[in-house]
Amino acid sequence: MYFVLRRKSALQVKIQWGPMCIYFPPTVGAGGGNDIQWCFSQVKGAVDDDVAEADIISTVEFNHSGELLATGDKGGRVVIFQQEQENKIQSHSRGEYNVYSTFQSHEPEFDYLKSLEIEEKINKIRWLPQKNAAQFLLSTNDKTIKLWKISERDKRPEGYNLKEEDGRYRDPTTVTTLRVPVFRPMDLMVEASPRRIFANAHTYHINSISINSDYETYLSADDLRINLWHLEITDRSFNIVDIKPANMEELTEVITAAEFHPNSCNTFVYSSSKGTIRLCDMRASALCDRHSKLFEEPEDPSNRSFFSEIISSISDVKFSHSGRYMMTRDYLSVKIWDLNMENRPVETYQVHEYLRSKLCSLYENDCIFDKFECCWNGSDSVVMTGSYNNFFRMFDRNTKRDITLEASRENNKPRTVLKPRKVCASGKRKKDEISVDSLDFNKKILHTAWHPKENIIAVATTNNLYIFQDKVN
Amino acid sequence: MGTMFARGLKRKSPEDGEDMEGGLAGARATPSYSLQRQSLLDMSLVKLQLCHMLVEPNLCRSVLIANTVRQIQEEMSQDGTWRVVAPQAAGRAPLDRLVSTDILCRSAREQEGEHPAPDVGDGHMADLVPGLAVVPSAQALRSPQSSLWEVDSSRENRGGFQKSLDQIFETLENKTSGSVEELFADVDSSYYDLDAVLTGVVGSTPSAHASGLQAFASAAAPPPSSSCRSDLGELDHAVEILVET
Repeated sequence: MYFVLRRKSALQVKIQWGPMCIYFPPTVGAGGGNDIQWCFSQVKGAVDDDVAEADIISTVEFNHSGELLATGDKGGRVVIFQQEQENKIQSHSRGEYNVYSTFQSHEPEFDYLKSLEIEEKINKIRWLPQKNAAQFLLSTNDKTIKLWKISERDKRPEGYNLKEEDGRYRDPTTVTTLRVPVFRPMDLMVEASPRRIFANAHTYHINSISINSDYETYLSADDLRINLWHLEITDRSFNIVDIKPANMEELTEVITAAEFHPNSCNTFVYSSSKGTIRLCDMRASALCDRHSKLFEEPEDPSNRSFFSEIISSISDVKFSHSGRYMMTRDYLSVKIWDLNMENRPVETYQVHEYLRSKLCSLYENDCIFDKFECCWNGSDSVVMTGSYNNFFRMFDRNTKRDITLEASRENNKPRTVLKPRKVCASGKRKKDEISVDSLDFNKKILHTAWHPKENIIAVATTNNLYIFQDKVN
Repeated sequence: MGTMFARGLKRKSPEDGEDMEGGLAGARATPSYSLQRQSLLDMSLVKLQLCHMLVEPNLCRSVLIANTVRQIQEEMSQDGTWRVVAPQAAGRAPLDRLVSTDILCRSAREQEGEHPAPDVGDGHMADLVPGLAVVPSAQALRSPQSSLWEVDSSRENRGGFQKSLDQIFETLENKTSGSVEELFADVDSSYYDLDAVLTGVVGSTPSAHASGLQAFASAAAPPPSSSCRSDLGELDHAVEILVET
């Protein structure tokens, strides 16, 4: 009896002993950031370089099954893409994402008291788990959260007695028979309707929404406060965190992101502009001003500068699917924290350390305030985040390897494998490397999303959405 | 220069034999460091004072910039290059007084004859005289009527920035005791807290991001909006709305 181990492809491993053999199909992310070969799949959005401001993508989110992909933009619109069912004959690519529904979620408003406009830009979209035929999502701008129902209509009643097919009423004297209207198939129509509007609860700008694992409540966080809502109740919300000082002159720290724990419905975290994360337990008190845990890494004194605080500000926090870890993104790095250890992260990945010597210029042109998001793959083995020059980075937590890829129309032939990119920090630039000073800081990837089950990623440049998949043999 | 700021450290006087973190002890004493630090301070003040057109500013960004300004102020106070004369009112020790975060857009009703912010702001950046320390006068500090932006001389410019910082951070103080609070006394404060109104006013425009990195000295301040709002006419209008409802 002997064992033969053969790696059949990047995706499969075959173990054979005697006449018996078994195949190991890959679990999601098993190949790791570098073993996976990422290929271009699709790009959505306008081709021309002239970007209309309303088309700037401001959020990207897969639903729980991965079948639907939602984007929000600066013009207040939500566009939902649906993955087509896999073509059984041609199984060398997964289903494509095509437009499923488009609707105007938020409109610009004017706050008369402050004489200020309220932007219609969609800051976040979060999907509810599917409970029936319809899909539900929460979308929010700076001030108002809305619950949208997206439903399909593929039948309509025909054969009314009193109405013509076009809706006009028939002359009653011409009605001589009685019939029962029947449902007949029609072209699929996808309708989006606002079911709840959660307004007037935030003085400051909403930066996060997060649905609780009880699927009945959710939180919304602005710069200074976090509110807890029930999905059914719009005229009341509970304030669970308030860091507004009595005297606004003493304000030195704001809330930057918040999220519920994926499994514990009493636990949530929020991050701050000073680089701290606080974990709160709602069972402890109604107002969770005292944290249960405080996650903070001591500052490295050798790297101290006037910009230290700014670059430590956390722009995104995401729990792992398992709930054991959480990931934070600050300006230069991604950190993975074990919820059981508060004094330092368990893993730190440098996203673009070559920018550390350029912080003053980045402060001047405001890029230092860019809020990058981050995301986990389905198995929590790889994390991804964006950078400048339309680059995005992936870090494999198991192999400790990382890769830099570019979202650009140059690689847009389907199934073209993306070539890894490299930035040359200093010194002699090798061929195919790009020097730091050549980076385009207007081309930033702030929003990325990873399919919950498969190796499909959605990467948003300023006004285009790129979809990449791993290479399927 | 960029390196300098990336590694700026807590400064001690060159006479100290103590070891410093990072070992750039000599660099911090140079006039070039002071100039760069002052430039950073000026840049930060410009960022804070720019009024945004219509949309409420990003509070996180404002807080981070204000904290940076505070850090610089603290360091300059320790150096002795930041000499703040004691104010006539409010018994706060000048060196202990850290700037508050609440920054208000300088509205037309605050100061008559205010120059449009954009032109003067850019002019200021170009007028900086290297090596001058900030030495504001007591009268300049406490005079709310004095114009924010002055073009007289380079020394005056320097004082102007100091004035502007204090004036900005004190405006809330003035407002809380002023007419604005009375104006809103009858309004249900749950949605329209005074602080909500006032903190909403500050702005900074999203700057025109340069593609590629620009040399620090050559970049101009991002063009601010030309319309600083909330003049008396609008205030009257707001009162009318309140009264009618």
